Amino acid sequence: MTLTVRNLGFSHVQRPTLIGVDATFEAGKLTVILGPNGAGKSTLLACLAGLLKPDSGTASLHDADITRMAPTARARQIGLLPQGAETHWAITSLALVALGRIPHMRGAGTSKDDRRAITMAMSATATEGFAHRPVTQLSGGERARVLLARVLAGEPSWILADEPLANLDPGFQLDILNLLRRQAEAGKGVVAVLHDLHHAVRFADHLVLLHEGRLFAQGSVDDVITPSNLAHVYGIDANLFKDEEGSVQLFIKGKVRS
Amino acid sequence: MNTRAVTSLLLLLTVTAFLLSLMAGKVWIWPTSWAADNADGWIFLELRLPRAVLGLCIGAVLGLSGAVMQGYLRNPLADPAVLGVSASAALGGVVAIYLGLNLLPFGLFACAMLGAGSSILLLLVISRGGGPVGFILGGMVLSTLAGALTAFVISIAPNPFAANEIINWLMGALTDRLMADVWTALPFMAMGVALLLSTGRALDALTLGENGAKSLGINLARLQWIIVLGVGLAVGASVAVSGVVGFVGLIVPHFIRAIYGEQPSQILLPSALGGAILTLTADSLVRLVPGPGEVRLGIAMAVLGAPFFLLLLLRYRKGAA
Repeated sequence: MTLTVRNLGFSHVQRPTLIGVDATFEAGKLTVILGPNGAGKSTLLACLAGLLKPDSGTASLHDADITRMAPTARARQIGLLPQGAETHWAITSLALVALGRIPHMRGAGTSKDDRRAITMAMSATATEGFAHRPVTQLSGGERARVLLARVLAGEPSWILADEPLANLDPGFQLDILNLLRRQAEAGKGVVAVLHDLHHAVRFADHLVLLHEGRLFAQGSVDDVITPSNLAHVYGIDANLFKDEEGSVQLFIKGKVRS
Repeated sequence: MNTRAVTSLLLLLTVTAFLLSLMAGKVWIWPTSWAADNADGWIFLELRLPRAVLGLCIGAVLGLSGAVMQGYLRNPLADPAVLGVSASAALGGVVAIYLGLNLLPFGLFACAMLGAGSSILLLLVISRGGGPVGFILGGMVLSTLAGALTAFVISIAPNPFAANEIINWLMGALTDRLMADVWTALPFMAMGVALLLSTGRALDALTLGENGAKSLGINLARLQWIIVLGVGLAVGASVAVSGVVGFVGLIVPHFIRAIYGEQPSQILLPSALGGAILTLTADSLVRLVPGPGEVRLGIAMAVLGAPFFLLLLLRYRKGAA
């Protein structure tokens, strides 16, 4: 069970944002896409989600071309948590989570299956407590969990999250990361675009590092997060060390002196 | 209050407003004389009945279109006029009056629908692949252009009477419409309404933004087509029979949201009912204003609508603070 991109290329108005990217994402793993601003992370995720049609190469889900899948069938398999935590109307958390069932809905109203999935998604994210409050009245951390519950409610095999930690306090960031982690452990393929290298080091099973639209490195944390890679891609001087519990920690000293 | 009770209440109010519209006027006509073979019976059949049916349909169309437009653009200030369909249909009607085509059977209606139709086509071409921004800008361009051309036609009107007739028609009214007008407009409105009512789920998905909606399998290009066609047919036909009646599409969804909550799909049908109630009531009230002639419905609607809308805005601001 894999999501794969082969020789993927995409251009925004003449300017290439992705060039010949080859990468594989596996089910049961939390894969983190890293790279500086403008490296093409969100574009890669949008191609995986079927929102953008690549100019060259392919994005496929178990050998099926994602851009050729029927939108509803694709939506049942691949759930996306878009960037920016957009919620345009003051609807209740419950109504928002229920939107995740849209790809499964036939005719009007919700089925028993829909209600079961919604309940499970809300309990997994501990959002039942404010099910009937408008999402616009929730704190940032609560809303982030409700939006994630919306994705889970669709019961996709793949969860793609574009900067799910933006604007969250450290505690809430860890909540979301733990939730994503748990989904990967439950067998789903989880792919997240992150900016925080510390989180990437601690939570990722697999890393994809992009640099100027190209794949710079991919593999385990040890393979990808190396001082020389970080210096080259981010221009930072960073150390990696094992803490007393034996897990790898990252320390950023400063910018690389040129 | 639960939703079902409110919906029953809205239905009841719609029926009441419809009955009021059948009875009210300089001459009150009670149900006992609706079938009478005298002047009252004649007024009822030839004047009141088509007027009330039109009020019901136009109000419903405008309320529904407003709710759909606001949902699609995710902006509570949008209304059907944003698309430029009303202005283009109005231009068609004005040209018809200028050329004297309104004297032919269905001449005015056909010209107004032609105006609406060409604005739909232009809008689809202009905004293709552009998303809501291209859509709004395209609509604004069309609206401004049609407005300017309308003013031009008025300025070259051969005599003051023609100009007067055009301006009077533009102001929007349901007076002196025949059942034939109703039967001509109804199929277009019905098609438009059916299209618009089918958008609920897609509008709900747009609560999550465009990428969120797309990732749920919603085809946004198709949604845009449906909305342009739906609003074009329904509002185009409304303008063709009644001139431009503003404000209904803008304010009704706000009232409905205050009762039903903000989920776009949940306010579509109630907004249609609300639009019908508002239009029927306003159209009954304009007949009761004493004095010669009658206040035009379009004017009355704006005069009634603006203060209500202000009140609503102030309440919103208080709620937000």
